Amino acid sequence: MTDTLTPDSKIIAVPSAPPAETRAMRLRNFWSDYRQSWVAIAALIVILALLLGSFFAPFWVPQDPYDLAKLDWLDAFLPPGTEGTGGYAHLLGTDNAGRDMLSAIFYGLRTSFVIGISAGALALAVGITIGLTAAYFGGRIEALLMRIVDLQLSMPAILLALVMVAVLGQGIPQIIFALVVAQYAYFARTTHGAASVERRKDYIEAARSTPLPTWRIMFKHLLPNVLPPLIVVATVQVASAISLEATLSFLGVGLPLTEPSLGTLISNGFKYIHAGRYWLSIYPGIFLMITVVAINLVGDQVRNVLDPRNSR
Amino acid sequence: MFGYLVGRVAQAVVVVFVMSIIVFVGVYAIGNPIDVMIDPGATAEIRENLIRQYGLDQPLWRQYFTFVGNVLQGDLGRSMVYNTSVTGLVFSRLPATLELVLVSVTIASVIGIPAGLYAGYKPDSIAAKLIMALSVLGFSVPTFWIGMLLIMAFAVELGWLPSGGRGEVAQFLWFKTSLATTNGWEHVIMPAINLSLFKMGLLIRLTRAGMVEAMGAEYVRFARAQGLPDRQIVFSHILRNISIPVITVFGLELGSTLAFAVVTETVFNWPGVGKLIIDSILQLDRPVMVSYLVMVVILFVMINLIVDLIYARLDPRVRLKGGS
Repeated sequence: MTDTLTPDSKIIAVPSAPPAETRAMRLRNFWSDYRQSWVAIAALIVILALLLGSFFAPFWVPQDPYDLAKLDWLDAFLPPGTEGTGGYAHLLGTDNAGRDMLSAIFYGLRTSFVIGISAGALALAVGITIGLTAAYFGGRIEALLMRIVDLQLSMPAILLALVMVAVLGQGIPQIIFALVVAQYAYFARTTHGAASVERRKDYIEAARSTPLPTWRIMFKHLLPNVLPPLIVVATVQVASAISLEATLSFLGVGLPLTEPSLGTLISNGFKYIHAGRYWLSIYPGIFLMITVVAINLVGDQVRNVLDPRNSR
Repeated sequence: MFGYLVGRVAQAVVVVFVMSIIVFVGVYAIGNPIDVMIDPGATAEIRENLIRQYGLDQPLWRQYFTFVGNVLQGDLGRSMVYNTSVTGLVFSRLPATLELVLVSVTIASVIGIPAGLYAGYKPDSIAAKLIMALSVLGFSVPTFWIGMLLIMAFAVELGWLPSGGRGEVAQFLWFKTSLATTNGWEHVIMPAINLSLFKMGLLIRLTRAGMVEAMGAEYVRFARAQGLPDRQIVFSHILRNISIPVITVFGLELGSTLAFAVVTETVFNWPGVGKLIIDSILQLDRPVMVSYLVMVVILFVMINLIVDLIYARLDPRVRLKGGS
């Protein structure tokens, strides 16, 4: 921006009430800001490709890795690119049970996504409820709730998740629950921070003077105004949920081998690393890394775009 | 101030008690350790005796009070797997974890702080962008995966370093450490680098942010106007100003290194407390699980308490609010 006055800028500078922003306009503005970074565009494409590829995995991968009848011991430990008894080339090799790695990875990726997204969504819901309740009611409720949240934030998520799986045992629902316990506090803190500012504004006072029920004011009036920072936290938390789950599964306390996620596959492959059979653990690891980094890159760009200091 | 202090300490004690109940009840709700411990063919009498010996026939609340009573006397119980006292077990594993943490924190500081300073000093240079990209990787890529890549590269492919274990230990002052032998250093270096990456990323970001802010500050402009060389400005003026927030956050993060050590120790088969807790979860070794978790809770509550008290000392608003 320059301070010099050009003839054109006079016309623009005519004071007039700006038109109310519609949702479609906001979305279009968001998109035009977002696409400024080609890295962020590439990351978004990668995530979409992985999401589609994993959810439609049964339709395109060469093998159902859970169907024991289709596995052949003769195919065990085939290096990448070798043709197995099935009559097709195993692009990423096979594991100790003769499972096609490409198929196993995309099925595993699907499990990882399901866990990461559902844990993120549930943690978001719990965190929003707690954060809004604390900010709206204030006083003792706020002090108690935020004290618990702060205490949890001071402990590393991996430790909380470890405690939870130690208590709950293995399985997909247990892992999701453990991740929600480990992560809701981030959402609660962010919601509380933004909502405490909004809470003092006039429109909330105005809404409170009408006979609207409290929950309606909280979720219909307060919530939409605290959403932007939450979107950023949500993207980052999905990535960290996926990597936490992989870590737990790698440690052997996450998912059992009957429901393998990427972490389980890496854990299984790690046993054969010294035998030079790198493909069992390297390929699922690469997919895990790409997924997590891509989600984080998208989150970074969303943060840049939504940051009021960067608005044009 | 005194009222605030009493209030905060009381709160910390309550938190420890509540957490210990949750951990105790939670851990004791899963599985029956007796089934894991003894051979299924054992007679009912042996079984009964064993159950009585561990006090598992008592109601849960009585088991809890026995546990708390013992803990207050410094007795954390006996491991069901190793059949030794948990206190002894934890303390025998602690040196391994501490030396790992020590080396990794040193690596993180020695590399992270200069890198962060440089990235903040010349934020638009290619090297600075590279440093920032690496710090993002340190943050987002799972620790165990990087550890595995290190093993694959330096142990399996190149064969330069051992892939796991602690190596030779030698007596140093009053304890045995692997930092006193060459072989020990060869074993510790890879896990320590693995454990340091997250902290390094954090340090780089903190120092860079502080540096960028300081570069625009009044006192730096003034020092420049005086004609001081950049080197002197950075190392004797800026560094002193940004070290306080960096040390605060870094100190807080030390506790979490203990948690991350769980992952690194498992990958590198490092015989520390982190490996101990994972093994105890897998083997249903309840006394070890409960003691470790309660000890960690106490550690974190204490770190929090100390930070709160320091802030209260520094910030008069907190002091006044708590005192009334």
